[in-house]
Formats: sequence, C-alpha cells, structure tokens
Amino acid sequence: MASDATIARNAPTVAPRAAPPTTLQKMARRRSTVAFLLTLPLLGVIGGLVAWPAAYAIYLSTLNRRMTAFIGLENYAILLDNDTFRMVIWQSCFFAITAVILKALIGFWLAHMLHHIPTKGQRIWRGMLLVPWVIPPALSTLGWWWMFEPSYSSINWLLSVFSVPPVPWLGEKWWARISVIIVNVWYGAPFFMIMYLAALKSVPDQLYEAADIDGATGWQRLRYVTLPMMRNIISITVLFSLIVTFANYDIVRVLTNGGPRDLTHVFASYAFQVGVLSGNIPRGAAVSLFMFPLLAVIAYFVLRGINQRTKEIGA
Amino acid sequence: MAQVSLRRLVKEYEGGVQAVKGIDLEIADHEFVVLVGPSGCGKSTTLRMIAGLEDITGGEISIGGTVVNDIPPRDRDIAMVFQNYALYPHMTVFDNMAFGLVLRKFRKEEIQRRVMEAARILDITQLLDRKPRALSGGQRQRVAMGRAIVRDPKVFLFDEPLSNLDAKLRVQMRTEIKKVVQTVRTTTVYVTHDQVEAMTLADRVVVMNGGIIEQVGPPQELYHRPATRFVAGFIGSPAMNFIPARVEPASGALNLRLPGDILLPIPPERSDRYRSQGGREVLLGIRPEHLTETRQGRATYADLEVVPEVIEPMGMETLVHFHMEGTRDLCARLDPTIPAAPGQPLRLTADLANMHLVDPQSGKVL
Repeated sequence: MASDATIARNAPTVAPRAAPPTTLQKMARRRSTVAFLLTLPLLGVIGGLVAWPAAYAIYLSTLNRRMTAFIGLENYAILLDNDTFRMVIWQSCFFAITAVILKALIGFWLAHMLHHIPTKGQRIWRGMLLVPWVIPPALSTLGWWWMFEPSYSSINWLLSVFSVPPVPWLGEKWWARISVIIVNVWYGAPFFMIMYLAALKSVPDQLYEAADIDGATGWQRLRYVTLPMMRNIISITVLFSLIVTFANYDIVRVLTNGGPRDLTHVFASYAFQVGVLSGNIPRGAAVSLFMFPLLAVIAYFVLRGINQRTKEIGA
Repeated sequence: MAQVSLRRLVKEYEGGVQAVKGIDLEIADHEFVVLVGPSGCGKSTTLRMIAGLEDITGGEISIGGTVVNDIPPRDRDIAMVFQNYALYPHMTVFDNMAFGLVLRKFRKEEIQRRVMEAARILDITQLLDRKPRALSGGQRQRVAMGRAIVRDPKVFLFDEPLSNLDAKLRVQMRTEIKKVVQTVRTTTVYVTHDQVEAMTLADRVVVMNGGIIEQVGPPQELYHRPATRFVAGFIGSPAMNFIPARVEPASGALNLRLPGDILLPIPPERSDRYRSQGGREVLLGIRPEHLTETRQGRATYADLEVVPEVIEPMGMETLVHFHMEGTRDLCARLDPTIPAAPGQPLRLTADLANMHLVDPQSGKVL
C-alpha cells in the first residue's frame, strides 16, 4: 500500500483522457441536429395536416368508385369528358378571377381612402370595414341569402323604391353567378384593404416628395412609386386570395348550393356534391385536385418574382 | 436668374406652434447659402417651404422673381437632395436620374446625354445599371445629386444630405458637393446642423434659432464678428468660452473682473467701445484658440492661472478643459509641446484683442 502511494505521488501528473465522442454524441452536438429537433413538432403538424391528406387525396383520385382498384388518371379523363365539369372549370375560373380582381381593386381603393384620412378617424373606419372579414362566412352568407331571397329580398325592395323591377338574384344563371361573386368580394375585400393599407404605410413619404419635385402628378405617383413599391404585397395577396377563392366552398354551398342547374358550382362545392353527396369519393378527390398543378405553377412563378424583387430592392 | 426671396415667412403648425417666425432672406443668383442651427430651429421647415413640400402659414416665397406660394413643387423648377437620398428602390441608377426628365417628356437622346454628363461629373458612370440597394452610402449620395443635376433646375435644395454618412465619407462628400455646385453654378440652399459643413460650403451662412434668423453673413464674418451669444457659441469647434465678468473702470482704462478675482485689462483700442458698460455684469466670450499657453509681445495679452481638469491631446494641438467659478466647461488650445497635466496649475494667455463682450440679458454681442 505504502509503496503504491509513493509511486502515485511521484508519478507525473497526466490529465485523464476523455473518451472520444460517439457518433450519437457528435450528432447531438451539431447545430443542424438541434435545429431539426426543434422544428420537428412543426414538421409533424405539416406532415399530418397537409402532406398526408394531400398525398392521400392524390391516391384516392386514382381509385375506382368502390376504392378497390387502381385506375390511374381515368377519373380525370371522365371528368374532362363531362359537360357539367367543364362548366365547373369555367365557372370556377370566372368566379375566382373576377372576384380576386374586384377584391384587389376595391381593397386598394379602400386602403388608399383610409391612408389619407387622419389617424384618429382612421381607426374607426378600419374597424368598421374589417367587420365583413371577421364574421364567419357561413353566417354572413346566410344574411346575404335573406337579402337576395325572392320573396323577402330587401335589395329588391330597395330597387322597387326606384321603380326598378325585381331581380331574380339566385334564380337566374348570370344573376346567381354575380350574387356569389358579390358576396365573396364583400367578404374578401377587407383582407386586401388591410394588406394594402400596411403596404401603403410602409412606402416612405420622401419617395412621394421626391416624385413631387421630379414633376409627378397624382396618377404618376401612383403608377411610378406606389404600385412598384407595393408589387410584392400585391403579388402575394393576389396569389393567396386566388388559391383561397378557387377553394371557396361555404359561400356557394349556402347561397346557391350550386344551382340553378349546377351553374354556380365551383371546384369545392362540386367536389362535395360528387364525392360526399353522390358517394363517389375518388372522383370527388379528382375534382378537388384538378386545379392543383396550375395553381402550383402560378405560385412558383409569383414567389420566384417576389424573391427576386426582395433581393434587388430590399422591399 | 434664380434668386430666392423669403419675405416675412411664417410656418405655424396645429396647436399654434410656430416653427418659423416671420423670417426675411434674400438669396442671390448662383449663391450657395447654408441654413444652420440646432434641431427644431426651423431650418428644414424653411427649406421644405421653399420646395413646396410644406404649406406656408404667412409671408411670401419667390423664386426667380415669381411668387411660388401656391405653385406645386413640380412647377417650381427646383431639385432637392434628401437626407436619406429618397432614391426609388425599384429603379436603376439611370432610371432614378432620368425620372424627372421622363416626366417632363424630354426626348430620349436628350435624357441619355444629360444623365451621362451628370454621371461623368459625379463619377458614377459604372453604376448606372445598378439598383440603389447595391450602392454604398456615398454612391447613393452621388446618385441623389445626379438626379438633381440632370434637371438643370433654377435652385438646388439640400436637406442635411451628409447626415447619414460616416465621418470620413462626410468630409469627402462635402468637398464633392462643393466641387459639383461650383461646376454647375446653380443657386443652392443647403440645410445642416453641422456648423463645420456650413462654414466650409457656404458663400453665406444663415444661423437660425427658435424659428428666427440670428445672423446672416459670410463664414468668416460669423466666426469673427458674431452678432449674438447664440451665434458666437454655435459657430466654431470647440465652442467659444463664456465667462461671467464685470467691466470696471480704472483711471481712464477698463478692466474685466473675472471669477476668482482675476483682473484682465481691456485693450485700449476697445475701451471706447465698452466705456458705457462700466460697472455692468457681462459675459466675456473668448475662443479656445485665443486662450493659449503663456505668450508675450502684445499689449492685448493677459495672463491667468487655471487648474486643468481634462487634457485632450489632438496631435497638432492639445485641448485643456478647466472651469472657473460660475462657469461650465472652458477650453484652451495649447501647443502640443506644452506640458500640461490634470490638477497641475497652468498659466494661460488670453488674447483680448479677439474677445467679445455679451450682454447677458439680451444675448447681443456688445
């Protein structure tokens, strides 16, 4: 014992050598691993709520009606042969494009008006104009249905005051299409307004002052300063709204239920009719997925444009 | 001809706050005038009223003999360089410079010629295809100037154009601006809070304070013959020292009694001017460069002893900070070879030939 202790005292001091880290330890220390673990919950949510349903819908759309056999793209081919579906494509495009254009124009006009009134009054107006957007659309559409309804239509009553004959808002093809668009615009324009208002507020006043001194008129200020400075917000808002409007379901479902004679159906309401009410889930899935490739391509180009502009001008 | 006249110009904001209180100013054709003063003195408001970016509450502005009170900025034939340059971020440098000409429907060849000429003067030809984001602060400043030059306006307006640049670049750009303005020979109104910028650039400096003009004059005049305590203290760096004093008559001559019973003789050539102030309390104003290491040889030199608190060796000079009873920080400028240390008494010489006496009540230089 004693000699052991002596040897230990006299031995040169050697720091204990740490064991080399295992592969698992190395991985755990990597920043990328930590980042991956931290984003895992989000990836889980996206996977469960977006990727999986989308993949499953694509899979469903390739099955036969009984969902017992793989039939490839036959559901899509049948749909393209179907007159009603071709009309749904046309109506969906007409509805989405017209509604988005109107929402963008009205939203921009409202934002511009709000931007030019004093901050104090602006808050009240902003709140009031946002009301349509915060009411659940199924409820507000019900209200509109009452206003359009032929027997008690308050709009027709108002028109009659000015000796205008009653309009068959929901009973005639074009009036029904217009009614659906009106309600969608009424509901969606405040979203555009609030986005554009934020964008307008972010344009530095000095750019307008510089344009004034450069000789710009009001219209030229709008064309050469406001619109280019808002291009990214306009693009992203239009893209977002286009996707949401193409997928709109509740307004058509509550207001016209696709009628008269299926002439106001859009993809979502028609997919519900085919897939759920008629019990052909694979074809319903094919209807709802029909616009996906086109919208994906549009989204790709719009987002690429936004990225490019952000790099160039930092806006 | 593009003289600018401001007559009884008033700017009052909501709530009755007057930013500009009835100023009069005549700016001659081709003159470079700098409006200088502390924040809130009304200099930028005045410039913006000349530009037409602020409404006028009262008075009159005329450019080239035409009253422009109700004429919008685009019709005043002015060009302005803003503090943060206000370049259009979505346009290239060329488009930024050409924008004013495009709106005025100039021919393409003429636009090309003018932009290229301005780019040559400002040495930014190689940047014409870039967007403002890809430029440094100094380059953006040049583009902003280019945008003004191509228009060949009656008046250039500069609103603190160097404030966003670092100290070194500011000095460089100051020289550039002076060179460019000398080349194009256009009437220029320039706003800054930096008195060094004002002194180095201006044909005439307009010192503003609290919405009024304190003094107008060439830089040297303002420096050597300030009209008010404000101008005396504002112009010059380090600032002029102000020491409370009493003018005391003494057998035909006049003395200044400073705190600490220091007695300085007022030079005979200035005695007549101050005779009526005998027995009055005044402020002695003297610049740091006239408060130096002990010297002899002139009748106007007077010695005093101080105790330095802070020594700042600047290389070509040493600044000595000290204080006297009833004063705040005072500063003397010494030859760098003179040994000085904090807490060690030091003899200084005041050159009273360059002193100023200020009426403490009115703030006027006597």
